[in-house]
Amino acid sequence: MVAATARIEDLRIGPLSKTYRLSASSVLALKDVSLDIAGGSFVSIIGSSGCGKSTLLRIIAGLEPSDGGPVRLGGRTIERPGLDRGFVFQEHRLLPWLTVAANIAFGLKGLPKDEIRDRIEAHLKLVGLEGFANAYPAQLSGGMAQRVAIARALVNKPEVLLLDEPFGALDALTRIQMQQEILRIWDVEQTTMILVTHDIDEAIFLGDEVIVMSARPGTIKKRLSVNLPRPRDRTSADFLAFRREIYREFFTEAEAPFAYVI
Amino acid sequence: MSETLDLAARTGLGTARTEGGPFRGLPIRLAATLRRTGLYLALPLVLIAIWQGLFEAGLIRPILLPPPTKVAQAFVALTLSGDLFRHLGISLLRVLEGFAIAAGIGLVLGVGIGLSRQLDRATDLTIQLLKPIPPIAWIPLAILWFGIGEGGKIYIIFLGAVFPILVNTIDGIRQTDHRHVELARILEVSRARFIAQVVLPGALPAIMTGLRVGLMVAWMCVVAAELIAASSGIGYLIMDARQLAQTDQVLVGMITIGAMGKLLDILLKEIERRLITWKTVYSGL
Repeated sequence: MVAATARIEDLRIGPLSKTYRLSASSVLALKDVSLDIAGGSFVSIIGSSGCGKSTLLRIIAGLEPSDGGPVRLGGRTIERPGLDRGFVFQEHRLLPWLTVAANIAFGLKGLPKDEIRDRIEAHLKLVGLEGFANAYPAQLSGGMAQRVAIARALVNKPEVLLLDEPFGALDALTRIQMQQEILRIWDVEQTTMILVTHDIDEAIFLGDEVIVMSARPGTIKKRLSVNLPRPRDRTSADFLAFRREIYREFFTEAEAPFAYVI
Repeated sequence: MSETLDLAARTGLGTARTEGGPFRGLPIRLAATLRRTGLYLALPLVLIAIWQGLFEAGLIRPILLPPPTKVAQAFVALTLSGDLFRHLGISLLRVLEGFAIAAGIGLVLGVGIGLSRQLDRATDLTIQLLKPIPPIAWIPLAILWFGIGEGGKIYIIFLGAVFPILVNTIDGIRQTDHRHVELARILEVSRARFIAQVVLPGALPAIMTGLRVGLMVAWMCVVAAELIAASSGIGYLIMDARQLAQTDQVLVGMITIGAMGKLLDILLKEIERRLITWKTVYSGL
């Protein structure tokens, strides 16, 4: 297991901005965003919709160019998608005509057959879907399909896993279960995790750090270290203190104090 | 007889029985099947009954529209003499030849045009200009070029079938889900795998629609071509009967064309159902 012992490299983002040009006007989606993320850490990025958090993730993935600011992973400058970064979309994006195994193998190339088989098997086990290799996506529940999507993103052994509201479409119970699963997977794979979410609980429960973004233009408003031991208790006083602190970034105390999803 | 009924009752099929309606007292599953089949066949049966009724009432002249009983007799006679199935076989063979050529060229060209913006630009005007010309309008030229031999008919069938196949294939490829395109970029999937595992399966429903429409047009084209210039085939059978004022045989030919078209469509639908297992079809209210 050479990959596990090799040090995961740090990610240095920006300072970068991103402008979307519309036919008549242009919109500044991100403004002077700078972010250093330590290799192997779990970072949650939270913000209201339209704050550019997904855009930032897509720039890191190489799906979209920034206006010019750099993104570096270790010594390399990121300009296009690469297998050193895995991506989990909000929808599972499984190919409906391929089996679970073939979906996981979709991004694998240049490997001997038995290595491919081993990797599929190992990653099915990692996401808790042993025995589902020959199932089709239509036969899976939403949570199971998202597990396959996570396995597909990890099968190339990326250094960074980018998660774009991956549990946003799941029901509340499945979401909590998947949050625990992703921590277990993180523990095994040791990849850097960057999670974009609008769920305050999720951001605190998962992140070593929570990055709070504000909208129009998207900027980093606050950076919090969540120095709580794991496994974290969502009902503990410390957890609630973090929740309140982040909550105050978006709302005044008087507004719906029990809501925690922006 | 009574033993079979007892068996049905004991196998559980007979345990639940419908309480009312025309199938009262029958097992529920059997009653449902009968009801569905009845609904399916009711309209054609009613039309045939009206047709026969008009004849019995003396409202139509048999020479203009012979009654169903007369058509059935002609059908039996043409079947026994072997003429009907000989002509049908010849027509079918022509359709298969023309359709195979159209499918080959339509699919290859369609995939090429769907994937290449350059090729699309280069061929679009030509395709759009040729597409609206009815295949039948080519018959005069086809006769000059090929005589009344097989070549001309296959050419007409090809022209009729190729455009639905081509256009649907291009459309299907153009409708590739952009989210899957993004996924392929993220995973650095090779172009060959992208085409084989994303583009083509995604386009398959549209391609199958193109093939079904193409086959239907091919079947109509063969009859049209045979009506005008042929010495065999189901279209010739109709034309020949018309010249002898045997309208019952004309109708046998027409009904055979309809039945064959329906059979071909069932065949392609079944192939589609087996190929495209991932799609759930909306079946109406």
